[in-house]
Amino acid sequence: MPDLLIELFSEEIPARMQQKAAEDLKRLMTDGLVDAGLTYAGAAAFCTPRRLALTVQGLTAESPALREERRGPKVGAPDKAVAGFARGAGVPVDALEERDDKKGRFYYATVETPGRSADAITAELLEKVIRSFPWPKSMRWGVGTLRWVRPLHSILCILSDEEGARVVPLEVDGIAAGKTTRGHRFMAPDAFDVTGFDDYEARLKRAHVVLSAEERADAIWQEATSQAFAQGLEVVEDRGLLREVAGLVEWPVVLMGSIDDAFLGLPPEVLQTSMKEHQKFFSVRNPKTARIEKFVTVSNIETADHGATILAGNQKVLAARLSDAKFFWENDLRVAQDDGLTAWTDKLSNVTFHNQLGSQKDRIDRIAALARDIAGAVGADAGLAEQAARVAKADLSSEMVYEFPELQGLMGRYYAEAAGLPAEVAAACEEHYAPLGPSDDVPSAPVSVAVALADKLDTLTGFWAIDEKPTGSKDPFALRRAALGVIRLILTNGLRLSLDRFIDAQLVRQKKGLNGGADAADLQALDALVDAIADHGVFGAALRSVLDRIRGTDNEKVGDEGSLLRTVGDKVPDLSTDLLAFFHDRLKVHLRDEGIRHDVIDATLAMDGSDDIRLLVARAEALAAFLKTDDGENLVQGFKRANNILTQAEEKDGVEYSFGADPKFAEADEEKALFDALERAQAAIDPAMQAEDFGAAMAAMASLRAPVDAFFEAVQVNAESQVLRRNRLNLLSQIRSVCLKVADLTRLEG
Amino acid sequence: MAPTTPLSPPRSFQEIILRLQTYWAAKGCAVLQPYDMEVGAGTFHPGTTLRSLGSTPWAAAYVQPSRRPTDGRYGENPNRLQHYYQYQVIIKPSPPDLQALYLGSLEAIGMDMALHDVRFVEDDWESPTLGAWGLGWEVWCDGMEVSQFTYFQQVGGHDCRPVSGELTYGLERLAMYILGVDHVMDMPFNDPDAPIPLSYGDVFRQTEAEYSRWNFDVADTDTLLRHFEEAEAECGRILAKDADDPKTGKRIIMAHPAYDQCIKASHIFNLLDARGVISVTERQAYIGRVRALAKACADAFVQTPAGGVSATQVEDAA
Repeated sequence: MPDLLIELFSEEIPARMQQKAAEDLKRLMTDGLVDAGLTYAGAAAFCTPRRLALTVQGLTAESPALREERRGPKVGAPDKAVAGFARGAGVPVDALEERDDKKGRFYYATVETPGRSADAITAELLEKVIRSFPWPKSMRWGVGTLRWVRPLHSILCILSDEEGARVVPLEVDGIAAGKTTRGHRFMAPDAFDVTGFDDYEARLKRAHVVLSAEERADAIWQEATSQAFAQGLEVVEDRGLLREVAGLVEWPVVLMGSIDDAFLGLPPEVLQTSMKEHQKFFSVRNPKTARIEKFVTVSNIETADHGATILAGNQKVLAARLSDAKFFWENDLRVAQDDGLTAWTDKLSNVTFHNQLGSQKDRIDRIAALARDIAGAVGADAGLAEQAARVAKADLSSEMVYEFPELQGLMGRYYAEAAGLPAEVAAACEEHYAPLGPSDDVPSAPVSVAVALADKLDTLTGFWAIDEKPTGSKDPFALRRAALGVIRLILTNGLRLSLDRFIDAQLVRQKKGLNGGADAADLQALDALVDAIADHGVFGAALRSVLDRIRGTDNEKVGDEGSLLRTVGDKVPDLSTDLLAFFHDRLKVHLRDEGIRHDVIDATLAMDGSDDIRLLVARAEALAAFLKTDDGENLVQGFKRANNILTQAEEKDGVEYSFGADPKFAEADEEKALFDALERAQAAIDPAMQAEDFGAAMAAMASLRAPVDAFFEAVQVNAESQVLRRNRLNLLSQIRSVCLKVADLTRLEG
Repeated sequence: MAPTTPLSPPRSFQEIILRLQTYWAAKGCAVLQPYDMEVGAGTFHPGTTLRSLGSTPWAAAYVQPSRRPTDGRYGENPNRLQHYYQYQVIIKPSPPDLQALYLGSLEAIGMDMALHDVRFVEDDWESPTLGAWGLGWEVWCDGMEVSQFTYFQQVGGHDCRPVSGELTYGLERLAMYILGVDHVMDMPFNDPDAPIPLSYGDVFRQTEAEYSRWNFDVADTDTLLRHFEEAEAECGRILAKDADDPKTGKRIIMAHPAYDQCIKASHIFNLLDARGVISVTERQAYIGRVRALAKACADAFVQTPAGGVSATQVEDAA
């Protein structure tokens, strides 16, 4: 059972590609070995900046021999066909056997494939893997034709067992495999031989190379935190940076340096971002003041002066970088203090948001208008919400955000504070982008919520208005994320609002923006329409009332075929319905993650008020809880039975049985009991529904379970007497309408 | 191999340049002189752009004065200049020990590899105006980017076969680090003990201010726009000429004169950009026009002897 060791030694591999490259090497080699008939006990892959390595332990020494019988042409077939078959099977013609089977007498060949040595299999496979390696980007070099991530210098490939190590014979583009590698580029550049994985790893460590990326990352983190701790400080955790830095060094040496006092007044996020993005430094924080006072850099070499030269150089570069940042910060602060943030917002009229949807300034105007509309529904002051929306994106004009786009929002908050704006407005500058990801915190301050909702709804309605909806996996404007953001803002804050009203108003604003050159009267009419939607809430009715009003004054002009108002009237309700359906889809995904069945959601979506997300979810949660009880599950069965009988009867008779049933025609006790139960349930359900207490409504519904079951047990609905039959069908209809008040139970599966 | 003991530290900007010249000359490079036209980077020198095409081996090193009008700061910024120097090395095919050769050059200019932290950090290079790209690194020394290291994969839309290795040193930044200077204008240009010691500022402070003013506010945009159009037209006109010269009866494809016009157009575009008269959308269009010229020149160059066409092939073609 030999062990296999492979090392592909090259010029520096980009840090971001290393982990996946190691995984790919392991997968491609082990899959290939198994496909070739070998087995192995274990495998592990490693990567440093200059090498990809793989160890496979307990490999079988050779693949098993295979014996296979193949049927050829019929006996008597032309000689040429027989010879061709023998050649294809790799046996001489006289080795063919003749045998009978159901269809006649045929030639048979016995093909024996001898086992192959692990050496031969590995050599062939490794060459193939190297030549087709899935690097995200690869290159050629010199006069060669081979592609690798950077020039490949040597291949180490050995199989080792009790008898020692042997080189697997293999050559790729002039590079012959051997048993030699090299240590650290500067600290141990000489070549040395290795005999197996343990020897390889140990010798590398003596040659100042730590093979395992996790080991390098752990060593960096240990050393960094202990150096910080010794000075009463803490390292700001950043796993992505740690992984990257571990991919930039073979021999990590941690050095802690100071940040010049002149820069300590910069916001900590600015220090952190500048140091991370430009220098790949970790930030070191004083836990008492939360200020970032020092940095940790990781060098790749031990030096006689214990890193003094390296640290001095790094500090110098940092100082130059931070001078730039400080320059931006001070300039920005001056602008914010002197001109407020509106000057920056105004500058955004020169920045395109989207070629159809206008400039960033146009967008801000629309968001501000919507934020004002929404404010009341989220408990925010309308004036503050509008003000916040007007300055929330002002920092896009600042020098700092130009340099560090990832600081957008956060810088807005600092600059809004500097400009003396209200605290709610400053907070909204930072918080209105949230939530971005599904696990991001959701803002709760009302002004922030109003702007965050307006921002996302403006994006969604805008792209809906120009028909740029997400398709399949393509969602270039992150519209799914925006819709989920709206849903989470509503649910986390328990907001009750009718989305339709805001979607409609914003769609009309978008249409107005898209038709900027239209007739002034039309545009004015659209403004009136937006106001009417805001007042009445329903798009269709609002449009009609506006149209009527305008028709009254100028009957000829507005509402003609092809006019802007008519187009808006025709198209916007469809867009609005479509966008609401998109919200419903996102909500389904969101609730499915919370464990609510899709048919339960469908049953609630079919009810009125489906543009009120909070109400929808309350209904779905109550129904899901209800269905988990015995009474619930059985009542649904009873409901379905009632509904089936009723539907069949209604189809047959061509009438709808919706007259009130009369208890005086009740014959059986069970029938009377059901009348009583229905009356009691009705009395409990109506006020519960009024109060939107779906739990209570469903509990009342559950009380129908026993009477319904008993009714079906004892009573024949389709009685001979037409009076009795009609009365019983009307009773079933009453059960149906009571049950349907809470959710559309017909949509439940099973 | 690089010397085992570090050399004495250099004392001036020019000494660093001289040592690089000596080092790369010793490694077999032809030490060329700067190209006599305004370019944005050493890569534009035909000794790199054109010579990286075709199969003919090539090894050259040179200083190239480079101009980036938008980077002008009137000589006041410690690190930014609208006119600066690049040191460029180009070797085709890229030798297997190019990294070692490069590190040797750092030792030659006084860097002790046992004391510094030198790293090769991923940085892929792309020049949209030249239709060129390559893979490589920016080289960091103690956290500072000191060079760009690229294996050319494509130039002027042509695959590079063989591949050239290109090294670009930002001379001012590198020299400031080695000489321990914080403001570029304070850097000694010649030997500080010379009878007339000159600083970088003595040589360039005034010109930086003059050119900054001209680049940003004075250059006549109508004239520049016209010059751009003229250069573009002339490039096309040159390349449209029959390869056979009626006067000498020889086959003379004028790839280099055409490429001069491409360089000119590229620099005029940079000036227009600094004047702020090019909008975001127009920008892409201008870059595309320069790239079209670069591609046409590359197409022409690979038809020439220096571009790898042998004399017999030329006769066959004729």
